Formats: sequence, structure tokens, C-alpha cells
Amino acid sequence: MTTAPIVRVQVPPRTAVGELRAIKIVWEREVVRFASDRLRMVTSLFQPLLFLFVLGTGLSRIASAGTGGLNLRTFLYPGILAMAVMFTAMFSAASIVWDREFGFLREMLVAPIRRSSIVLGKCLGGATVATFQGVLVICLAGLVGVPYAPTLIIEVFAMQTLLAYTLTAFGVMVAARIRQIQSFMALTQMLIMPLFFVSGAMFPVTGLPLWLTVLNRIDPLTYAVDPIRRVVFSHLTLTSAVRHRLDPGVTWAGWHVPPLMCAAVVAVLGLAMTAVAVVEFSRSD
Amino acid sequence: MQQPAVSVHGLVKRYGEFEAVRGIDLEIASGEVFGFLGPNGAGKSTTINMLCTLLTPTAGAAEVAGHDVVSERDVVRRNIGLVFQDTTLDTYMTAERNLRLHAELYGVPRDTFDDRMHQVLEMVGLWDRRASKVSTYSGGMKRRLEIARGLLHSPRVLFLDEPTVGLDPQTRSSIWGYIAELRKAEDITIFMTTHYMDEAEFCDRIAIMDHGRIIALDTPEALKASVGEDRVQIRTDDDSAAIIALEQQFGIDAAMAEGAVTFRVARGEQFVPRLFGEFPLAIRSVNVARPSLDDVFMSYTGSTIRDAEAGATDRIRHSAQIFGRGR
Repeated sequence: MTTAPIVRVQVPPRTAVGELRAIKIVWEREVVRFASDRLRMVTSLFQPLLFLFVLGTGLSRIASAGTGGLNLRTFLYPGILAMAVMFTAMFSAASIVWDREFGFLREMLVAPIRRSSIVLGKCLGGATVATFQGVLVICLAGLVGVPYAPTLIIEVFAMQTLLAYTLTAFGVMVAARIRQIQSFMALTQMLIMPLFFVSGAMFPVTGLPLWLTVLNRIDPLTYAVDPIRRVVFSHLTLTSAVRHRLDPGVTWAGWHVPPLMCAAVVAVLGLAMTAVAVVEFSRSD
Repeated sequence: MQQPAVSVHGLVKRYGEFEAVRGIDLEIASGEVFGFLGPNGAGKSTTINMLCTLLTPTAGAAEVAGHDVVSERDVVRRNIGLVFQDTTLDTYMTAERNLRLHAELYGVPRDTFDDRMHQVLEMVGLWDRRASKVSTYSGGMKRRLEIARGLLHSPRVLFLDEPTVGLDPQTRSSIWGYIAELRKAEDITIFMTTHYMDEAEFCDRIAIMDHGRIIALDTPEALKASVGEDRVQIRTDDDSAAIIALEQQFGIDAAMAEGAVTFRVARGEQFVPRLFGEFPLAIRSVNVARPSLDDVFMSYTGSTIRDAEAGATDRIRHSAQIFGRGR
């Protein structure tokens, strides 16, 4: 034992700054953990790229008539971007279940901070990681015929960042109730594919049967894929017929939902799910 | 006179019809090492969880560090350190990072963090291993790191829930060494639970808990004295003659136990010289045993702690069946 005087720590009363420190450290942990896990970076990109290059290339041989000469991969690109973001966001949210199972969540839950700080830190951390993954996909744009125009990159980046947050919030909301990592994985596997298929990532969203139209309009992913596709298409030179057929835009009872409105839908959903997650966490323990 | 570190009045926790804690009262002075002793399922962890603000009491009130555990939850949380039965470390991070994360969550001022971290890690002998990932630590090292982390924000009360459970005897005693050091070094009250009777001896005072109630509360010595007499065992060449001789000369009722003539007397250490002087037979060996806390538990509950544990497990299983999965 040293004979040095005891360093007594004075913990200050709860302040907004204290909550920000808590949010930041929870965020930082998510990011550091992702950065040290190269395998995860690769695996969560693998499936989207498989869809884009293998399915996109294979299907383009039978779909070339329908796309009016447009490369099918270019059409699929916005949906694939959303998919990459979705995988990463969901897996980030899984860390909550993981932390619960291995006990670490308790360390955070007993700290003298608001539960909302933990939830926010987690959502922002997952969103950061998913955004990073999205950026990797943006870097690949040139390979599928999407031009690297600054406005396109900025707008697509903004939209996928928003999507990354909302999907992480969705994952965190689901994770709040689940105690086993296997259950969470099974549940998200069950949710991810339908959300992806219904969103119109792989097909234009008009002229669908009624049931599919209804499902499409309530799928949150629809409102992220649509604006991204519109941004991408606005930078392509296409005949208006092709543009109209492939990028019809989401409608609500015949009304064309503007891209900003779509973004607002995603944002509101993200905030609502964050709120639900906070309530759920405040009840647990 | 300082205010008590912990004060509890009529604390009750009920799950449906099952009463896990049935109204307990206690007061713990500042600087005390207080032990909660009892079999698994006696209500120790439920009580400690209420004091740590993790469970809301069904009835009654509790103050920790002078603050109500329900209405002033956050103030209580800032003033307590917690070491749980199960590890709550992030094993993917280094010890240093775990401590830094804790400091950020608790709002430890940045300018004192480095010194404080050095101090707590030094105290538990992990300073040299601070840059290692926790996944490379042994069970005992993890527990020590958790104790260091619990102390990082200078809590007034440190709660240790079964701090040595699952550790080998050598590691257990080293943990006790650290806790003893800690008492000297820090101005802190320690509240711990254990179901190891031998460990409870390290405490200033002990509450024995069984079936959700405190059935005895005193210093280990006083509790043992209350059980009364020491147990003396002697070995002789002719045990039956020895039993008769004890009866006739000293009026002592002896019996055979564990292959030796066994009897109880007050102040065994004073009785033995008298025995040697006056006993007609040759004594080959003698053994005087003070009552242990096991004897104390036995005398208060009528069963050994091991039997009580088996019973409690059945009770828990039974109530779990009635009330569905207990979270």
C-alpha cells in the first residue's frame, strides 16, 4: 500500500453536462467496439454486395427490357444502400441484448444518469456505425453507374444517416424487451427481409397489387429508399418514360409524397421509437 | 455523532403473495463493516437490491447515506458503490477503459480521475495489468477490478453482494485482505452479504437472515456467546469410563460424537486445566471449540445453513411455479 493521501472524488449533482458525458461515453463504446471488429465490418457488407453484384448482374439479363436500358444494378443501388445500413444498425442494437446477457448493461442501469442518456448514446453509437457502413457503399457508387456528384453524395449521405438513426432506434426498442441474443437474432432475421423486400428496394412501387401497396406504404424503409432513389435518378440521363416507370415516387392516395416529407416520416418514426425505448428502459429493473 | 450510513424501517418486498422480505429494521453506523448472513433465498439479495435502488420496496422505508432510496434515487446512487454476484464488466475492454467508462457515467471530475484510478487499482493490486483486456483476467482479478470500480467515485457505502462466491479459497482470502486494507485506507461503510459462515467473522456486526426476517443481529462474538458453551472433545483409552467419570466428578453430561467423548462447558479454556488436574483417567488428546456462526445459525433456526439452503431452493422453485417466471 502506498502512503499517499487518499484521493477523494467529489461526484457533482446531476447536470446536463453530466448527462452529455454519459451519452458520449456510451456512444464512444459502441464506436470503439465496432472499429476493433473488422470481421463485422466485412460481414455486414457481404450480403448487400451479394444482392447488388450477383443478383443484380444475374437478373439484369432478363430485366433489361423492363429497365429501358438502365443497368439493373443502378436501379437496385438505393435499396442496397438501405440494406447495408439496416444490417449494421440492427447488429449494433443487438449489443444491448448482449450487454444484458453478459451483465454489463447493469453497470449502466445503476449509474446515476437518466435512462434516456443510455438509450440516446446507444442509438447515436449504432447510427454512427451504420452511417460509416453506408459511406462504404456510397464509395462504391461508381461501380454501378451512379455518378459521384457532390450534391448527390451529400443528399444521399444525409438520408442514409437519418435512416441509420431510425433503424438503430427500432433495434434498440426491440432489444429493450429481449433477454437472449439468440431470440434477438431470430427476430431481426425475421423482420429484416420482409422490410427490405416490401420497401420497393427491388421494384418500382406503383402498379402493385393492393395488399402489397398497403404493406409498402407502412414499411418505414420505403420512405428512405424512395428519396435516395429520386436523388440518384435526378443525376441520370433517362427518357421520361423510363424515369416515370422506374422512379414513380411514393404516393398517398394519389398524392406524391415529396422527398422532404419522406425524410420527415423517417425522422418522426425514429424519435417515436427512441421515446418507446426510453419508456421500456425506465421500466426495466 | 454522524448520521447512520444505512437506516431501514419496516422494509417489505412482496412478489404476489410471496413475501421475500418480511419487514426488517436495522441501522448501520458510518464506517462499519456489516454482514448479512443467511442461506440462499433468505431475502439478502432482495434487501440489498432495495437499498441500492434497484428494487422498489412494497412497504417501509430505507435511507442510504442520509437519502431515501425511492424519492432520492439518484443521490443515493452517487453515494454508493456496487459489486454484484455476477460480473458486470465489459470483458472486451481493458481494465483502464472499464474504469474510465464508470467515471464518465458517474461524472467523476476529469482532473481527479487519473490519480483516483491509480489509487484504486493499486489497492487491489491490478495497476500493472491495467492495459490488459478484462477477458484475460482470472475470476479473482475480475472481482478485484469490480471492487476497484465500485470505489472509483468515492462512495460512502460499498455494497458487496456475495463478493467471494465462486472463488477458490486462496482467492477468497486475498479478497478479504483487500477489504481489510480498504477499511484502513478509506472512510467507507461496507455492507455485504455472504452465505459463508467463516467470512462473516470479518464483520463488525452481523444480521442473520432467514425466511425474509432478521432473526439475530449483533457482533460475531456476542452472537457466538449467546449460543453459549464451548464444545470440548477428549480422547481416552476407555471412553465409557470417561463418560461416567465426567458425570460423577464434574456433573457433566457427555456423549460420544465423532469418535470422541464430547461435552459442552462454559469457558472451555479454563475448564481444561482443571480437567487435567482432577480427572482420574489418562487423556490422550483434547480439543476445545468455540461456537461457530454455524452453531449460531443452527441455534436460531434449528437447521444448518446447508439444510436451510435446500429448503429455500424448494420454496423459490415453488413460488416460481405459482407466479410464473420471476424475471
